[in-house]
Amino acid sequence: MSAQVPVAAYLILAAVLFSIGVAAFLIKRNLITIFMSIELMLNAVNLTFVAFAHMWHQVAGQIFVFFVMVVAAAEAAVGLAIIIAIFRTRETLNVDQIDLMKS
Amino acid sequence: MISDYLWLIPLLPFAGFLINGTVGRKLPRTLVSAVALLFTAIPAGIVAWLWIVMKAEGAPEVLRVVSQPWIAITGLQIDFAFTVDHLTLIMLGVVTGVGFLIHVYSVGYMAHEEGYWRFFAYLNLFMFFMLILVLAESFLLLFVGWEGVGLASYLLIGFYFKKDSAANAGKKAFIVNRIGDFGFLLAMFLIVREFGSLDFTHVFQAISVNPGWNGGILTAIALLLVLGAAGKSAQIPLYVWLPDAMEGPTPVSALIHAATMVTAGIYMVARCHVLFDRSPYALGVVAIIGAATAIFAACIGMVQHDIKRVLAYSTVSQLGYMFLACGVGAYTAGIFHLLTHAFFKALLFLAAGSVIHALSGEQDMRKMGGLRKRIPVTFWTMTMGVFAISGLPPWAGFFSKDEILYQAFVSTNPLGKLLWFVGLVTAGMTSFYMFRLWFKTFFGPERFEDHTDLHAHGAAVHTHSDSHAVMVVDREDNHAHGVHESPAIMTVPLAILALLSIIGGWVGVPAALGGHNEIEHFLDPVFSTGAAVEAATTSHGPELGLAAISVLVALFGLFIAYLFYYKKPGTAAAIAQRAPALYTLVQNKFYIDEVYSALIVTPLLMFSRLFLGGLIDGGIVNGSGAVAGATTRGFSSLVRRIQSGNIRSYAGWLALGAAAVLLVMIFGRSIWMH
Repeated sequence: MSAQVPVAAYLILAAVLFSIGVAAFLIKRNLITIFMSIELMLNAVNLTFVAFAHMWHQVAGQIFVFFVMVVAAAEAAVGLAIIIAIFRTRETLNVDQIDLMKS
Repeated sequence: MISDYLWLIPLLPFAGFLINGTVGRKLPRTLVSAVALLFTAIPAGIVAWLWIVMKAEGAPEVLRVVSQPWIAITGLQIDFAFTVDHLTLIMLGVVTGVGFLIHVYSVGYMAHEEGYWRFFAYLNLFMFFMLILVLAESFLLLFVGWEGVGLASYLLIGFYFKKDSAANAGKKAFIVNRIGDFGFLLAMFLIVREFGSLDFTHVFQAISVNPGWNGGILTAIALLLVLGAAGKSAQIPLYVWLPDAMEGPTPVSALIHAATMVTAGIYMVARCHVLFDRSPYALGVVAIIGAATAIFAACIGMVQHDIKRVLAYSTVSQLGYMFLACGVGAYTAGIFHLLTHAFFKALLFLAAGSVIHALSGEQDMRKMGGLRKRIPVTFWTMTMGVFAISGLPPWAGFFSKDEILYQAFVSTNPLGKLLWFVGLVTAGMTSFYMFRLWFKTFFGPERFEDHTDLHAHGAAVHTHSDSHAVMVVDREDNHAHGVHESPAIMTVPLAILALLSIIGGWVGVPAALGGHNEIEHFLDPVFSTGAAVEAATTSHGPELGLAAISVLVALFGLFIAYLFYYKKPGTAAAIAQRAPALYTLVQNKFYIDEVYSALIVTPLLMFSRLFLGGLIDGGIVNGSGAVAGATTRGFSSLVRRIQSGNIRSYAGWLALGAAAVLLVMIFGRSIWMH
């Protein structure tokens, strides 16, 4: 199988994923869904990084992906903990109801 | 070399001011007075040394110390320079000598006052500026001293600042003096424009080398300087501040408002005699102002009841004499009178202070009387002052006043005889009101309330206290009991000044009376270029005749006062009742204060309140601020809506922005490329 998948395909896929993530972030009200949409956007970015790294034959992009993954993992740990804490105190995950800091 | 020490003369009092002004509050009173006295005694010593040096044979007539350029701009360079000639020497002697005596007196007089350290700090500050004033070699440095003494005067008049009247009197003095200072400033601007320099030597030389230069711009400069001098020396129309200045402590009245500061105007006119001699018109104005002020103030002085106010009006009147002398070109006579006046008026004020001290703050002569036996030292010293000011020979005032009257009589001024007559009448009035004060205070029945009870005494301090208000009554201090003679620290300066009031005039005994008129020869180097009227008459007949007339007039004043206030007390009141309108008019000082208030102060206040305060400040200044605030608020109320606190709306904006950037990058570039 010699025919390579063109870079454009990866980019389109990444763009689609990113747009889905943005749309979900803006529309959804459930905190976990929003959290997932952020992860989706991060991974869309990762995909572009890898695609370009492959295209230019450079490792910098791939290394960056690892960084993003590490950050995402840390974020997941902290974020989920916060979400659980919020749910325990407020018994809801609807972001419209979590507005204690708003005057 | 003596000139190396010249700087110390003004700087030492300044050091005293710095010490007492900064840490004086914490120091004990003895230390405060030690600092103040030491830093005025040393300059007095230096001046005495200077005097010896410059009196010596072959000594230079002028000593000068010049600093590096003080102000140097294109076309104008001013050095920080001091100069000492014989005129300066006399002023220095008066300022440091009389100043030191008054400092000594103040130690006793102020002993029970609050703010002791503050008082002496201010006094030393005054000495500093006054010495700068007389030592200055340029108009600008003189002006520095001029303003500085005004500041010190303001601070000391308002020394009892908790009292409204004192605070107001201080403000009045300062503001009235500003009017004069305005004239002085304008004069300096004109001098810079005409001469390109403010140095006395430079300016006066430029005038001397040009004998044909008369009037014109010189008259303008001279008249503006006269305005300045009239402010500082309390002449018509700016004399109104001096009587009010009596709100200050009595030593202040003696030092600043009698002996030294108020004579600065006369000193300045004498210093600028080269300029004034070229402007007969300005000299005429000086003479007329002087004569008018002399008789006008004497009129008011005759009916005042406050002992210090009588002396204040008498000071205004005597300053009028000095102005008159300068106006007829007899600068020597003016300076001579300045010298003797410094002695006897300082003495009179200090003695009056001693009387007030004895009566625990009473200043109303109607509540005095019979004090001759109670306070003999004060009585005898004050008697010397009264005789001196009244112009009776051989006391000091006779010689100087007579010299002025004689010079007015023989002057080339077309009004000379009239000026002489006004001066003569004033002399009679002076004699009358001074002996009135003398009889009312020291003779006749005792009209004061004698408080032997300490408590009642304290109460009296509160009710009668006028400017002596904050006298502290210390229970353990028997000093406050009843009427008492002042302590030695006050009476010794009185005695010295009394001596000077007797013999001070002997330096100017005219040739007609067999003297040498030493002061005239002494001041010759300074005034020789001036066109001082030199009556080269060989016969002394007219001079002797005039002297006899003035003595007779003074004796007449004495006699009237004796009749009115000793022989038949109540005569004065009876006469006052015969002409109530006139009496009320004079009693109320011709309503000058009221007229000024109605014509100048009130319109100015209205203008300030309505136009400046209402329109400019309230409308434009406040309005622009309000408009700026409203604009910001209006705009921010729009922008504020973006910051809703809703995270998803932020994210939406973010996404929109990112999309916009993306669109611009993709499609915009092709547009820009064209």
